[in-house]
Amino acid sequence: MNVIADNLDSYLGGIAVTLWLSALSFVLAVAIGGMVAAFRVSPLRLLRTLGAVYVEVFFSLPLLVWALLFFFGLPKVGLIYPPFTSAVIVLGTFTGALVGEALRSGINTVPPGQGEAARAVGLRFWQVLGLVVLPQALRTMIGPLGSILLALVRNSAVAAIAMSVDDLMWRSDQLATSTAQPVGVLTGTFVAYLILTVPGTWLVNTLARRYRFTR
Amino acid sequence: MTTASFLDPPGPRGRRRQQVATVVTAVAVVAVTVIAVRRLADQGQLDSDRWDIFAQRSVWIFYLRGFARTLQAGAVGGVLSLTLGLGLAFGRLARGRPVRWAATAYIEAFRAVPLVLLMFFAFLGLPRLGLDLGPFWSVVIGLTGYNSAVFAEIFRAGILALPAGQTEAADAIGLRYWQSMRFVVVPQALRAMVPAIASQLVVLLKDTSLGALVSYEELLRRAQITGEFARSPLQALAVAALFFAVVIFGLNHLARRLERHRPTPVATADIPAETLLATGAAGAVGAAAPVQAPG
Repeated sequence: MNVIADNLDSYLGGIAVTLWLSALSFVLAVAIGGMVAAFRVSPLRLLRTLGAVYVEVFFSLPLLVWALLFFFGLPKVGLIYPPFTSAVIVLGTFTGALVGEALRSGINTVPPGQGEAARAVGLRFWQVLGLVVLPQALRTMIGPLGSILLALVRNSAVAAIAMSVDDLMWRSDQLATSTAQPVGVLTGTFVAYLILTVPGTWLVNTLARRYRFTR
Repeated sequence: MTTASFLDPPGPRGRRRQQVATVVTAVAVVAVTVIAVRRLADQGQLDSDRWDIFAQRSVWIFYLRGFARTLQAGAVGGVLSLTLGLGLAFGRLARGRPVRWAATAYIEAFRAVPLVLLMFFAFLGLPRLGLDLGPFWSVVIGLTGYNSAVFAEIFRAGILALPAGQTEAADAIGLRYWQSMRFVVVPQALRAMVPAIASQLVVLLKDTSLGALVSYEELLRRAQITGEFARSPLQALAVAALFFAVVIFGLNHLARRLERHRPTPVATADIPAETLLATGAAGAVGAAAPVQAPG
């Protein structure tokens, strides 16, 4: 297991890139997810269709296929991004579909009577949404959104390998070959991912249980 | 699909505005599509010689055989994951502490790491330990390592969601632990979890494409090979992507039709949100209790 101690810098650098990649992708995913959810509940049928198509496409395409399609396709339409940016866009667009569905389903758990009552007492659209619907919906979204964020950390490994971003997974792959000690190196990677995700799992479950309510 | 209940129904001016917005959106969508297609055409990506490999039957057969391998790895991985997952669920619910701790540790660890890592470990690491199984089994081991942990959590959620009266009644009529599991608990738990199981199987099939990274010649790897060979990587990938999208879209729809109007378990970090969201049980995801259907 010396190989882990000898390459600690590489692991730590990889962890930092994985966290940074996941964080930026999650921000993009929430922005896209918010739009997708808004589209899907919009009064315009065309927007609803667009939202549904977006979700279906990304629920139907394996992440690696999307990453490679992006990698080979975008330069062809004149859009060239550095690998890290590409990975953020790939992960953000992919995860955006999940976030969109999580937001929509969270809003759907708020009984329609809540919105109707809010309108009946004369609240405006943004007041209905901001003061009545979202506060209730957000509590039920903690679990799904946390689960999506953890999946994103795992998925970042796929995007990074596809785009050669030097995250934890990519560096471990390189290290496994260069040191010729794949068992030691990848065991270290396993532990590193556990350190990244297990506290998160615990936190998400605790928060979700703390804030959920029974109707 | 309904609009949000908190929107006021539009009046005449609102309807007008909606029509304008529809037209603006339509124009925007068409414009983006046209620009993208024109750029692709300018780069010669739509030229017929980029695509004419797909006029050959042998290329399609190459793809289809690749897809058969996708299904193969998915089927073997699926069966192993379900079996191991059921065992792990029993283990996590067992009364004996060592068994419970071992099962819990496995589940918590293996569902928390990337599936690619498990595949890489099986592909690069296991041969060093004297276990050279080749790409197919590397893919299967990777798929099983992750998905057995997820299935274990799905089964456990199903078993725990069963009203306590069921096991109490089984105890009362004198069934032993395994009899009560076999005849009372598991059949009901499985039935309740069918949508989640089906949807996770689709996720598993999607993840089979990661086999391309460990040189398993499934559909995606074969698309890459075709692309390099014909010097049109984008076209070869696009065809494979369409293939994946159509098949998985269909399977997702089938999985959704299995959805009965039952409360879906709470989506927490235990069961991936993707699994529950894909079942289309959207209204109930994240709810601690069944919610009345709107309208």
